[in-house]
Amino acid sequence: MSEQHIKLPEGSIEKTTTTLNLGPTHPATHGVMQNILELDGERIVSADQTIGYIHRAFEKLAERRPLAQITTLTDRLNYCSAPLNNMGWHMTCEKLLGVQTPKRVDYLRVIMMELARISDHLICNSIMGVDAGAYTGFLYVMQYRELIYEIYEEVCGARLTTNMGRIGGFERNFTDKAFQKLEKFLEEYPPALKEFENMFQRNRIFMDRTMGVGGIAAERALNYGFTGPNLRAAGVDYDVRVQNPYSSYQDFDFIIPVGSTGDCYDRWLVREQEMWQSLSILRQAYQKIQSFKGAEADVYHADTPAYYLPEKKDVYTKMEALIYHFKIIMGETEIPVGEVYHSIEAGNGELGFYLISDGGRSPYRLHFRRPCFIYYQAYEELVKDSMLSDAIMTMSSLNLIAGEMDA
Amino acid sequence: MALTNDTIQQRLQEKFGESVSAFRDSHGMLEFSAPRELNLKVLNFLYDDATLQFQFLTDLTGVHYPSNKGNELAVVYHLHSLKQNSRLRFKVFAPIENPEVYTATGLFSAANWMERETYDFFGILFVGHPKLKRILNVDEMDYFPLRKEFPLEDQTRIDKDDEMFGRGGTIK
Amino acid sequence: MSRPVSYNLIQKPLEKDISVASLPDGHQGEGFFATSLDSVIGLARKNSIWPLPFATSCCGIEFMATMGSHYDLARFGSERVGFSPRQCDLLMVMGTIAKKMGPVVRQVYLQMAEPRWVIAVGACASSGGIFDTYSVLQGIDQVVPVDVYVPGCPPRPEAIIDGVLRIQDLVGNESLRRRNSEHYKALLNSYGIQ
Repeated sequence: MSEQHIKLPEGSIEKTTTTLNLGPTHPATHGVMQNILELDGERIVSADQTIGYIHRAFEKLAERRPLAQITTLTDRLNYCSAPLNNMGWHMTCEKLLGVQTPKRVDYLRVIMMELARISDHLICNSIMGVDAGAYTGFLYVMQYRELIYEIYEEVCGARLTTNMGRIGGFERNFTDKAFQKLEKFLEEYPPALKEFENMFQRNRIFMDRTMGVGGIAAERALNYGFTGPNLRAAGVDYDVRVQNPYSSYQDFDFIIPVGSTGDCYDRWLVREQEMWQSLSILRQAYQKIQSFKGAEADVYHADTPAYYLPEKKDVYTKMEALIYHFKIIMGETEIPVGEVYHSIEAGNGELGFYLISDGGRSPYRLHFRRPCFIYYQAYEELVKDSMLSDAIMTMSSLNLIAGEMDA
Repeated sequence: MALTNDTIQQRLQEKFGESVSAFRDSHGMLEFSAPRELNLKVLNFLYDDATLQFQFLTDLTGVHYPSNKGNELAVVYHLHSLKQNSRLRFKVFAPIENPEVYTATGLFSAANWMERETYDFFGILFVGHPKLKRILNVDEMDYFPLRKEFPLEDQTRIDKDDEMFGRGGTIK
Repeated sequence: MSRPVSYNLIQKPLEKDISVASLPDGHQGEGFFATSLDSVIGLARKNSIWPLPFATSCCGIEFMATMGSHYDLARFGSERVGFSPRQCDLLMVMGTIAKKMGPVVRQVYLQMAEPRWVIAVGACASSGGIFDTYSVLQGIDQVVPVDVYVPGCPPRPEAIIDGVLRIQDLVGNESLRRRNSEHYKALLNSYGIQ
């Protein structure tokens, strides 16, 4: 077969790799990000990422909005666990404004944050199952996320983008129905989590797909700025709730699960164990809430009339409440000048808020330290020399949420 | 023994003398700045020093201060010492005509995309960065959106009336 | 697995065990049923719409809840979600579409085979939503023709199902000649699609 009539393009004989475009629309429902992989057969030689397909300019938007309206933006960061982001933002504002929240508010916040963490980890772990081919675990688990959504609805009215709480606490006290739903959840969820665990944890196929895949050493992970379950899977026990406790986390007793090799299986296990720990924190918080009696049981916000809207009946009858109401709505309150950085342990790691205030009602600059954005840089190093199917498993085990990545 | 802000300040002033300045305690976090030529030296010192050990780069971002003539663009590093459980904030400033700052990617791999994001938003050029191109916005964009002179909204949109939002149009 | 407890306190009794799709208008007789081809094809198409979930952000998570067993979109015929445009009928754009993503939506729409429908789920896909910024496309109808808009941020799963039912109405009542008509060609031309 002569090659005289076939003119091969320049350099095509030397190039032995195939270029595969993974994304931005791909079936793994993590959001939109693109990976251009160079493959040598089935082995990955290099991976080039493109993000920004859902860049919504949160930081520029935040310069336009008063502090209380930025909560709706924070919802849409890691939208699988919106209450975590909301509470983190409110705590940042409270740090700037110098507001101290009472214990009951802190414990209510802990309940909501831990529910959000369970909700986030459930999605991540079940989607890892879906990407490995097991759809059933996902369907089982979505049923329990519906229970969590019902609790959110009872507290703030919305399922997903919750806009929960206000600077200083919550907008209304939790009703008895909310606590009943929480009790039902605490009763029904552990057996389901155990069943989900039994389906995957010692499953031969799942273990073969995830062990030894996408591993990272602890020093490299720290250098890349990893935080959260991905870092803990690599062996470093850094948890913002323990290192810099906020919202009375020091009153709770929980352990930090830590992995060893940082591969996908370790990340799955760390998230699974964190869900058990969150359940334990939820039970402790619920007991602590029940121990408040009398007038203390009606406290649901801090006593800061300058930043927390007074009740409508006071606005119509008392002069000070009317003045505070006017000042807060019109944006005339005294917001201190200064800079504050506050971080919380969100579902993916350390979610930080860097707020520069110039005294006006909207921030001068607000920057979100988004964990997804920072650890996705390491993706090439994680998947180099592994196979194509491993690239998919690694991507889903990292729990990349595009809304948080692009902000 | 816990690392206090005073100890950090003292160690920095011992090493760099007058170059490090503007020490402030901002809600419990130490904040200071240095000239932009020394940013890598300061970061390396904070990384290697045995008592300080700031080996985790939490955040790297930029700020635009149009009223600060000569020092309009700031690069802000948030560092964290996991072993000593201490955080600090380090700022360097650059003029808007020549916004060049040395890159920290040699020391922290995490700085790679964070510097690209800062370039994308503010136009700060990081000297020595392996691939400094836009990361979040479209590649063809020719301005730096988070600078204060640019508006938030897309000016070419036709379905939303700026006058209804209280800006633009004939109503000021 | 224990059945989850229902939180609805008022029990509504089932009216009928099985609900069947209603017959279109036509002439019946012993062993035959005559109707127009449009209605039969419409009936078949509308009860087996295969969606392409183009999920970008928060609305995508509500879509996952809609596909889950509680709200179950599959009982309306959308059992098989596909990710290959050639094999799907309904492009469900869920979530914010940034300007960087606009060409990708258009590309996916162009790759779909006729007949195709588009549903814009959520405020961001319908009109840009709360993100009136320089980087967000103010509604996907800037790049592709849209049939049904579902407002909400995010819309409840019931609202998404309602949107799909409206699409079913459109599909059931569509004339077989619509895709070749002048009107449709003019619509596509206005988007720059030949």
